[in-house]
Amino acid sequence: MLNSLQKLEIFADAAKYDASCASSGAAPRTADAKSIGSTAPGMGICHAYAPDVRCISLLKVLLTNYCMFDCHYCVSRVSSNVARARFSVKEVVDLTLGFYRRNMIEGLFLSSGIVRSPDETMEQVVAVARSLREEHGFRGYIHLKTIPDAAPELLAEAGRLADRLSINVELPQESDLARLALQKDGRRIRKAMANLRQRIDGAREDRKRSAKAPPFSTSQSTQMIVGADAATDATVLGTSETLYGSYGLSRVYYSAFSPIPDASKLLPLQAPPLMREHRLYQADWLLRYYGFNVPEIVTGTRDGMLDLQLDPKTAWALANRAQFPVDLNRAPREMLLRVPGLGVRVADRILAVRKRRGLHLEDLTRLCRSVKALLPFIVCTDWRPTKLADTANLRERLVPRATQLSLL
Amino acid sequence: MSVAVRLAHEADLAGWRAGARAAMAADLAPEDVTWRVGDAGGDLFATPVTSAPAQAFTVPRRFVELADSALLHQDTERFSLMYRLLWRLRCDPGVLTDAADPDIRRAEALAKAVHRDIHKTHAFLRFKEIEPEAAGEESLYLAWFEPSHHTLEASAPFFRDRFTSMRWAILTPERSARWDGTVLSFGPGATRDAVPAKDRLDAHWRAYYRSIFNPARVKIKAMTKEMPKKYWRNMLETREVTPLLRAAGHRSAGMVAAEPTPASPMTAVEARRRPVHAPLPRDLGTLAGVHREVEACRRCPIGALATQCVFGEGPPAARLMIVGEQPGDREDLAGKPFVGPAGKVLDAALSEAGIDRSAACLTNAVKHFKYEPRGKRRQHKTPSTSEIDHCRWWLDQERALVKPKTIVALGASAARGVLGQSVKIGEVRGRSIPLADGAALWVTVHPSYLLRLPDDRTRAVEMRRFVDDLRGAHHTITDRHSAA
Repeated sequence: MLNSLQKLEIFADAAKYDASCASSGAAPRTADAKSIGSTAPGMGICHAYAPDVRCISLLKVLLTNYCMFDCHYCVSRVSSNVARARFSVKEVVDLTLGFYRRNMIEGLFLSSGIVRSPDETMEQVVAVARSLREEHGFRGYIHLKTIPDAAPELLAEAGRLADRLSINVELPQESDLARLALQKDGRRIRKAMANLRQRIDGAREDRKRSAKAPPFSTSQSTQMIVGADAATDATVLGTSETLYGSYGLSRVYYSAFSPIPDASKLLPLQAPPLMREHRLYQADWLLRYYGFNVPEIVTGTRDGMLDLQLDPKTAWALANRAQFPVDLNRAPREMLLRVPGLGVRVADRILAVRKRRGLHLEDLTRLCRSVKALLPFIVCTDWRPTKLADTANLRERLVPRATQLSLL
Repeated sequence: MSVAVRLAHEADLAGWRAGARAAMAADLAPEDVTWRVGDAGGDLFATPVTSAPAQAFTVPRRFVELADSALLHQDTERFSLMYRLLWRLRCDPGVLTDAADPDIRRAEALAKAVHRDIHKTHAFLRFKEIEPEAAGEESLYLAWFEPSHHTLEASAPFFRDRFTSMRWAILTPERSARWDGTVLSFGPGATRDAVPAKDRLDAHWRAYYRSIFNPARVKIKAMTKEMPKKYWRNMLETREVTPLLRAAGHRSAGMVAAEPTPASPMTAVEARRRPVHAPLPRDLGTLAGVHREVEACRRCPIGALATQCVFGEGPPAARLMIVGEQPGDREDLAGKPFVGPAGKVLDAALSEAGIDRSAACLTNAVKHFKYEPRGKRRQHKTPSTSEIDHCRWWLDQERALVKPKTIVALGASAARGVLGQSVKIGEVRGRSIPLADGAALWVTVHPSYLLRLPDDRTRAVEMRRFVDDLRGAHHTITDRHSAA
């Protein structure tokens, strides 16, 4: 019989391929004399960082890593020969509370392999959340991974207890899912997300009308594995855009497909495409906060793949030089946001400052990290690029020089 | 005249506020005020500021927030910096919005460092449990932390609101905080050895840290940026970093090089146990069978982007069939026709016309939602004629099974779906058109047209016409029914 420490190792090992670590966006809560826990104000809290730079915010574990499904990209698929174990509800609850009291975590992210049936498994996942909330007065963050095939009542119960629910779409294209995850069905996944969206929206409406409305999860997210199939970045981003628009997701996580222990031979075992993952996140940000759409980002890319050497905004600017330079003293906010090197915060500060006076280069040195990178793209009171924006080697000047990483 | 203000301790915000208020009241220019903490370093020539009557000078809330943070920084110039800003604020209230002003920039940088320090305290501080000696007593939780700025008072309320039911204390070199269940109190600093080095869950936490790390994704620079090394000595798990990194390359290469193993014995067991999702045989003789087929239809590209097919709803042998254009956002999520804003208009019109919605079959010319993503929303797109014509095949199956006596087509797309050719609504509206299968077709507008009308009067007129059309269509059923 494995002890709880050995099980913790097995389950954390299996859970780490889920990239979500968010602990923000929950309804504000604080503890009283009979309860424990609060939700982080604002940005969420990362209690540690692993050397893979994934933040450690939640106790991220599986209830069991035994799974009846045989999804090829998954470390817990039935055909794998990894060691198997199962947590009891009490074991997860005790570990969560133990870590929480020591200020090691913001809460729990619970997922599970599917044992016997989706309903039975979902029932157990919900039982952990129920015990934490109702027996122990736990007011910290709970994220439950939801099984799309579970009964709607179980999903509703999960939503009542959790701050976030997630269903992973896993792969960007329905056809690849059918090939690599025989037991999953893209249509059922989308229907489950639609169902969650309606419940989350409904609960939000209820809360607007009455403060006493029962709590319900405030958000849902999903994850796509990148690099396990042939889908291009254009396809991946198109799927994200569709998911954001359709199901009100707070996040789409991209997880570079990484070698796993006892991997399936159907998949490319190679170093995970971390730079590709990074560029997808940047493009995702452009979609959500910078007013870009997918065609703009992917037009001009080679074979629908983002440029690995340049961030997508700089790549867009180089492909659309006619739109530059942008006059920082006059341009509307939407255009400021398109200047490489200007983020949302800096753009808003520029708008505030220029109401008082014209912007000079010296002002910019105080407002942004690197003025040099901006120079080819902007005009301000005492600066106008002469030929810089037209020079043929502008790209070479903007590609960051490779630096040797020191290991230890 | 030069004046010194004495502050009780490094984080004495109230003292600074009182001193600044008095100095402003006495019209003391920034260069004439010096700031001292505690008793050290007296200035012989300085006269202490006596409390002057408060003068009406209000500062924006934004300044108060900025000062409350910036003043906790370890920078010794912070008191005079904030007084200088206060002084400037009196003549130039707009200075606060000037993010490029050197003083504002500096104050914001200090405040940001302080916020980060508070945030990192909330993140990286760890409690050690001291288990009670006697049964029935409570554990005590102790933490040792070394903040970079004078932030303990500012960090502590977070722990009070989170660990309200625990007894705890936080010790730092400069100050300490204590929570006894009702009162949060602050006292002098302490030393590291006042907090036990070991805890019952240390091994679990280190094991968790080791296991959650993926050796195939080493990224050290970003890790040390978010978790600077100055915090490491009080964080147990960071002792795992070096051994993890040393082994990462080897572990990762091992996974790549490993030969595939034969499938586990459970694979066959589960394959037998699993309910077989073999596709049901094609069955176009029932509505459920047709519904299943449309669900999987990929004859046009709309289907792959929608959540689900929205099939007709209503009694299987309804005498009235109402055909819309295509499901909208709400309908796509719910899987039911006419549940969104246009559905509400239709419901109102039906009840006005005395038609029972639940007795009619409601369906659409196109069964999947066609849209374009627009950020957090989806914008409806009119289906093309070829898409309507593709989907017409399904509508024909539905009509053949339901066999309605009367069909109402809402809008031009619906009319094309029924007729197979385009008509102008104005030309065919308000009369019965005989169809080949013996049913009568009535063409009218789509309820979303009513939603788009700009003014109330036109909308009322058009609504009446719409209701009249529905009523006219309904009469053809009731007339035939009474004749039969």
